[in-house]
Amino acid sequence: MIVLILAIFTALFFPGIIVRVKSILSGRKGPGLMQPWKNILLLFRKGSVISKTTSFIFRIAPVIYLSTILVSLLLLPFPGLPSLFDFTADFILLAYLLALGKFFFIIGAMDTGSSFEGMGANREALYSLLAEPAFFILFGTLALLTGHLSMHSIFNYFQMSGYDSVIIGIIAVYILIQIGMIENSRMPVDDPKTHLELTMIHEVMVLDHSGFDLALIQTGTALKFALYGTLIANILIPVSWEIPGRIAVYLLIQVIFATIIGILESFRARKKLMKNPQFIATLSSIALVAFIISLLMISKLIQ
Amino acid sequence: MKSIETGNNPSSVRLTNIPVLDYEEFFSQVDELMQVESNHCLNYFAVSFDDHYRFICCIGCDEKHTIILFSHEQPKTKEIRLKSITPIHFQFHVFEREIAENFGIVFTGHPWLKPVRYAFDRASTGMVMDNYPFFSIDSEELHEVGVGPVHAGIIEPGHFRFICNGEKVLHLEIQLGYQHRGIERLFVEKPLLIQKAILSESIAGDTAIGHSLCHTGLIEVLGGLDSIDSLSAERIIALEFERIAVHIGDTAALCTDIGYQFGQVVNEALRTIIINTTQLWCGNRFGKGLIRAGGTHYPLTKETLIKMKGNLDEVMERYLQITERIFSMSSVLGRFETIGKVTLKQALRIGAVGMAARSSGLKRDIRWSHPFGMYNKNEFDPVTLQKGDVWSRAMLRKQEVERSVAVIHDLIKLLHGDVTVSPPVNEPKLQPGSFAISLTEGWRGEICHTAITDKEGRIIHYKVKDPSFHNWMALALAVRGQEISDFPLCNKSFNLSYCGNDL
Repeated sequence: MIVLILAIFTALFFPGIIVRVKSILSGRKGPGLMQPWKNILLLFRKGSVISKTTSFIFRIAPVIYLSTILVSLLLLPFPGLPSLFDFTADFILLAYLLALGKFFFIIGAMDTGSSFEGMGANREALYSLLAEPAFFILFGTLALLTGHLSMHSIFNYFQMSGYDSVIIGIIAVYILIQIGMIENSRMPVDDPKTHLELTMIHEVMVLDHSGFDLALIQTGTALKFALYGTLIANILIPVSWEIPGRIAVYLLIQVIFATIIGILESFRARKKLMKNPQFIATLSSIALVAFIISLLMISKLIQ
Repeated sequence: MKSIETGNNPSSVRLTNIPVLDYEEFFSQVDELMQVESNHCLNYFAVSFDDHYRFICCIGCDEKHTIILFSHEQPKTKEIRLKSITPIHFQFHVFEREIAENFGIVFTGHPWLKPVRYAFDRASTGMVMDNYPFFSIDSEELHEVGVGPVHAGIIEPGHFRFICNGEKVLHLEIQLGYQHRGIERLFVEKPLLIQKAILSESIAGDTAIGHSLCHTGLIEVLGGLDSIDSLSAERIIALEFERIAVHIGDTAALCTDIGYQFGQVVNEALRTIIINTTQLWCGNRFGKGLIRAGGTHYPLTKETLIKMKGNLDEVMERYLQITERIFSMSSVLGRFETIGKVTLKQALRIGAVGMAARSSGLKRDIRWSHPFGMYNKNEFDPVTLQKGDVWSRAMLRKQEVERSVAVIHDLIKLLHGDVTVSPPVNEPKLQPGSFAISLTEGWRGEICHTAITDKEGRIIHYKVKDPSFHNWMALALAVRGQEISDFPLCNKSFNLSYCGNDL
């Protein structure tokens, strides 16, 4: 449960930190840390406008999207502490719970019948599909290395000690940051600030959502950041530390994660849409490198 | 005599001096002139008189620096059918469409005789926006994407209809007309010169100086007003200031569209300094009220000149730094290069003008080909780039800013803060029975205003042509075979005017 509480706590500040970092880097003061949440609360108080052409799917999609993320958070362990449901191969459930939420999100967008949302859904589906192998190869590597299959035990036994596991750790953190950026529709794959319908991916899919529904989606997005931040924290934080120390480092890692996103988004341009699949496929190949390294490490152990 | 040629810009001729040909002759005359690559159509329009239409064609000759005028007349009959010039000289397509829309004249053989802007007094009121005849392809694989006229961003209304194969654009059709305000009619109806001047500033909000300068040139040539050098220099400074401001603003907007925040914010800040300098000068950031016939209300004072110089130097230093960064950054170049290509051949065929032409390697710049005001004194050398892609159009902006700053510095040297310039003339007596044409190189390209006066010297016909009128076609061609997600970037790289087209 501690993860859920901490993740919600981080999610409160996460979007604010990104916006603030980007503002400061562009020479502006920027809004307060809580401004994104004030906007979301405002939306929660509003009703939704629902197009007559849509069916029930459009209405349940935001609810399912948010709930899958909340349940996924329950699956996540805190460094050294098991999650609420700790079982073998729980990371597969984690991945597909998120995919389920995304699936409903996509068909919800298709439900509107708008040609933009169809295009956005199409792109989003492609990118999630391409990012999936990277995620599984990464967890496969960690499982292979530690010989365990549940997230709690994988992270418990995976410690960054010795240069070989440091390599795997760095690769894992890199891949998780990138997948986090892709899944949350940030740069370089998507641009959350764009106002151009034809270039949007995630943003175009929420064009028809309004009021309460939109607030649910934005809450989900903020929580998703915390989710990937938690995975990163699990890799980085040694379980031997005291619990308060681990919590402090956990929060620090989340803040650093948000700051990195802000910095990355400030100083580079977005990729050409056609180049995105290539970019995402690179992540899988990097994950494969980690996999091969761990194979080498294990054969070393056997010898 | 088949045509009348004038080397002045702006210039006025007696309407009766413009030769009237019959249509066959007119047609072969156009054909003959258009064989030369450096000639292009400045304007081609019809004027309705009591019992006949008069078609006036203005061809600009870039190499010889002249304007060629000729016309033909057509008695008003029930149905007028004329052979279309478009199939052999494509750049006439939009002019013929406009004539067809306004007077119901049918151009046989025209491939694309669709409404241009749904003018209020168009010939057929049955043509409305809702039944615009879009080009469509019946196919299982292809899909259509319609964007606008209401957009997610703050841009003017316009409808874009894409025919796509997946993410790839096969065809783009642009339908405009949502901004039609009847500008040309208002120019005739409004009696006072001040009203006309204000109107000219509102043709396109981002080209207030360009259009008002063009209009003022027209009034001055019709009114026989000579402009003194210092006034002329001030006007050119204003025009170049507008160019610098918009080019820097567009550099920022291009960065926005590719999501490069740093480039965006720096350029936006620089643009603010430039337009604030214009405000310091005349009280309006876009230079409204600055350019009036025969004189000025806002002569450049010594203090303004000093401030202007300081601001320009500051902006230039920072702009060069940021553009160096932009154009050396791989993620930016990846978005700019080879995207939205317009070839030289295409540019020639569609009669592209201004930046769109120059970025495709076509040297077409009124400041060089038909110099006006102080450009007459020393020859202006326009910037041209060859590639015709988004990178070229972005790079062209950077280089034109440098060129403009140099022009301004040269002109500032001539001025001494002399504030004895006379105030504008109120109501000059316009030359009666004349036709006048005025060309200006606005930041977007060639602006062309023409007017016809009656026996009492009243304006009875006024025609405005914004460079966008030619160049929208360039955008439609640029996105062919591109990804649909690159369309906004291509669109921004041209930054064409909707209201300048719709009038």
